[in-house]
Amino acid sequence: MEFLSYLISGVSLGSVYAIIALGYTMVYGIAKMLNFAHGDIIMVGGYISFCAMSYLGLPGWLATLLAMAVCTVLGIVIEGLAYKPLRSAPSLAVLITAIGVSYFLQNSALLIWKAAPKVYQPVVSGSLTLFGGQLSVPYASVLTMAACLVIMAALTLFISKSKMGKAMRACSEDKGAAQLMGINVNATISTTFAIGSALAAVAGVLLCTSYPTLQPTTGSMPGIKAFTAAVFGGIGSIPGAFLGGLLLGVIEAMAKAYISTNLANSIVFAVLIVVLLVKPAGLLGKYVPEKV
Amino acid sequence: MKKKLFALMMAMTMTVSLAACGGGKTETPAPSTETPAASGEAGGTFKLGTIGPLTGDAAIYGQAVANGAKIAVDEINAAGGAIQFEFQSQDDVADGETSVNAYNKLMDWGMQVMVGPTTTGASIAVSDKVYADRTIMLTPSASSPDVTAGKDNVFQVCFTDPNQGTGSADYISDNMTGAKVAVIYRNDDAYSQGIRDTFVAEAAAKGLEVVYEGTFTADTSTDFSVQLTAAQSAGADTVFLPIYYQPASVILTQAAAMNYAPTFFGVDGMDGILTMEGFDNSLAEGVMLLTPFSADAEDARTQNFVKAYQAAYGDIPNQFAADAYDGVYIMKAALEAAGCTADMSSADICEAVVSVMTTISVDGLTGQGMTWSADGAVSKAPMAVVIKDGVYVTP
Amino acid sequence: MKNLHMKKYTRTNLLTYLGVIAAFVVMNMLSASGSLSRSLTGQLVPICCYMSMAVSLNLTVGILGELSLGHAGFMSVGAFSGIVAAMSLQSAIPSAPLRLVIAMAVGAAAAALAGLVVGTPVLRLRGDYLAIVTLAFGEIIKELVNCLLVGYDSKGLHVLFNLSGNKSVADLGLEPGGLAIIKGAQGATGTATIATFTAGFVLVLVTLFVVLNLKHSRAGRAIMALRDNAIAAESVGLNITKYKMMAFVTSAALAGAAGALYGLNFSSLQATKFNFNTSILVLVFVVLGGLGNIWGSLIAAAALTVLPELLRAFSDYRMLVYAVVLILVMLTTNNPTLKSFFGRFKPGKSHGKEAA
Repeated sequence: MEFLSYLISGVSLGSVYAIIALGYTMVYGIAKMLNFAHGDIIMVGGYISFCAMSYLGLPGWLATLLAMAVCTVLGIVIEGLAYKPLRSAPSLAVLITAIGVSYFLQNSALLIWKAAPKVYQPVVSGSLTLFGGQLSVPYASVLTMAACLVIMAALTLFISKSKMGKAMRACSEDKGAAQLMGINVNATISTTFAIGSALAAVAGVLLCTSYPTLQPTTGSMPGIKAFTAAVFGGIGSIPGAFLGGLLLGVIEAMAKAYISTNLANSIVFAVLIVVLLVKPAGLLGKYVPEKV
Repeated sequence: MKKKLFALMMAMTMTVSLAACGGGKTETPAPSTETPAASGEAGGTFKLGTIGPLTGDAAIYGQAVANGAKIAVDEINAAGGAIQFEFQSQDDVADGETSVNAYNKLMDWGMQVMVGPTTTGASIAVSDKVYADRTIMLTPSASSPDVTAGKDNVFQVCFTDPNQGTGSADYISDNMTGAKVAVIYRNDDAYSQGIRDTFVAEAAAKGLEVVYEGTFTADTSTDFSVQLTAAQSAGADTVFLPIYYQPASVILTQAAAMNYAPTFFGVDGMDGILTMEGFDNSLAEGVMLLTPFSADAEDARTQNFVKAYQAAYGDIPNQFAADAYDGVYIMKAALEAAGCTADMSSADICEAVVSVMTTISVDGLTGQGMTWSADGAVSKAPMAVVIKDGVYVTP
Repeated sequence: MKNLHMKKYTRTNLLTYLGVIAAFVVMNMLSASGSLSRSLTGQLVPICCYMSMAVSLNLTVGILGELSLGHAGFMSVGAFSGIVAAMSLQSAIPSAPLRLVIAMAVGAAAAALAGLVVGTPVLRLRGDYLAIVTLAFGEIIKELVNCLLVGYDSKGLHVLFNLSGNKSVADLGLEPGGLAIIKGAQGATGTATIATFTAGFVLVLVTLFVVLNLKHSRAGRAIMALRDNAIAAESVGLNITKYKMMAFVTSAALAGAAGALYGLNFSSLQATKFNFNTSILVLVFVVLGGLGNIWGSLIAAAALTVLPELLRAFSDYRMLVYAVVLILVMLTTNNPTLKSFFGRFKPGKSHGKEAA
């Protein structure tokens, strides 16, 4: 029974990682950049929905929509101001700029919302009791898992069927060729950022619902974990991000329960290293051999 | 009962350390000739500095310290006594290197007395420089004994970690007979680990049963359900949390979600949990903690302080703010007792203050009749409180 | 033709050395005349450490062309092993400068060993996968050091790993009067601070000497050939693993020496100092200074270390301004029109193949 309960903790944590990783992996797949500011957009999403619920008294779903709207705009603005001018620059320059944006968001949040941690009002509360009270599954976890599945399915559908999705895939293969085929590369990348940021807002709401505390640095660690999850599953691959996130959460929970709470993170990273040595492009990533 | 025992213990340590100091190398002028005669001469505008993390992860503590100290300075200046302060606070991001930079920056400014830094690691790094430079340092909140160890000019306003660890273990073993204790602490934090070490040592000495120990780090501080499940299945009916209130709030929420209701026992870092914006106080019902400060206290000074703090910064002050507020008043009392004038150099002030620190007694928000031993530790009684209906109640 | 080329880089190298020596002399003169603020004086040793870190990371990122996000891990290994060496030799070697040299050598050796252990799996990967694995190793090193308990008494060193979370210094079994050097999360406290600016200066010179000589040696040309085209390099018979390891381990060793100096400059040091953010900080120095550009790294490291201190005037807005400056600098240095302008001052070229 304890094992089941650890497993549920792991899956619940893993689905939060998975949602964040979906955003990471999309942006990476199309813009080929590691957006280290992604975690901080999650934090902004958390704060916006917090304010909407606590100060404006909006219901949870409306607060989530509001957070998505604000984060989408934020994502587009950041992309336009900070990343677009660097489209032809070396990718490391973009990486450093993303880190600058991350510092900027964290410190702005510190000035706007102050350092005092806020307690998030969960969108859903309570828990499902199974086996006569021996096992309890928080509704927040159920919601997170469901949201994660829905988002993944919707994204997969969007990428494979819609016109914009096709444009995204084309950009991810070859930007130059896509442009020649009449695809507006800049608009496609902006859309990717918009979707990624909206997902980050949802992730923010779900993260704060499961682990109800909010401060300016809330997003940075989950951000790095999700980045790990995305690489784990094969960066650029949507099912990979889902699988990577889930596995990461489960490994973390199991390591905490059965090996050492001190080294939980190290064990997660050690598993990642082993997986990458066996499958150098992650679990579901495509291995592209280098050509001369 | 508890308080008495504690006071006795502190008195003993004080006597021992005072005796030890007598043979030490520091030139301590006889207090009897210095203190009363000189007190009339003290005066002028002193430059007082604080250091703490105003940005980054630990910003909440540094900001509380800077704000609390600012309120005390403003009060003292408004009262217009002989001693006035010019005030500056610097950011150190809770990092040793930056803290030393901040200290040097303050020394460039001409700082004469320092109430800071805020966090333990940074304070140890700065205390080493302070000792070499001979500047007086009074840290409001760095609680490790390493901060003051071997440095005659470094003093603390807060309890030391061992003090809290043993205090908690004693309290639990005396008042909660047969308790099965689980400890959940933060393994990459000096404060948390320091208290845990002394708690476990004292628990072993007292025959208190520790059935589970779980840790977390800054990187794994989102989810505690695994540790809680393990504690529950180990049969723990008391969970000791030597951690700050933010992770504690998550632990309380998650324990409630899984219908696990042991007695949670915290230390001074837990103070502040009731004032977290959005926190459901019913979750903290029955939580016990050792704390020197309570924002709900009825006395006029606390009330005034809380009012001033809320007016200026919009938050309810936590114990860090109260410690810093006390720190400024302690510094003022020490300067008065030592008869310091503002034209003295920081090194001269340091020697004068060090010589009187062990003789003064200060009433503050965080303790009545606080006194200091020569090793820098404060003597004040921690108060064990239990949270009932969202307020602290003495059990 | 060949002679002319030789001359050009020899001149650049010479100028780099001269610049560092001149900076050292000027700083010492200013310091002696008392016109240097305490704030700047206190930063001299950390600046030297960061310069050395930046140059050594440039060897991995700029010259070898592999993105490393875990450089702080090697600094950590060097720092803590250096502290252990310096503290346990306190009675055996009373001379502080000699102890410092030994500590830095021990730090370098330990970090080189860590580099070897990390490099073996890491260098088989490519691009972002390599980057994430270096990040992973950096985090693992941080957590391991966090669990480390080290003490010293007349019987020698006592080392314990607090893996289960229920051990403390008391479990080391030190004799009375024994010295607890590293206390888990509380880190190394009470370290005797024996680092000096002169040692920092020597460290920077040694780092420059090692990296510049490696860069312009046969091995260095092989390493750069790997960066520019690994398959072509392999096809002409270069041993990829050997040269990659050579660059990576050298880089780790130099970071270890810098870490030891850093660790011995502060009386308190925690494992959490060397986290992902510190790795990124050093990476920012390298990218801002120009990939493969050694003196660019030196200047960027010094400038960006001093910058947050200069921004103290902005008080609460300090780190916000820092972030904006960082973004603006990246945008302007990568602006096509400005780039051609700046390009004239850059002796080193940034090459196309970067990892991220």
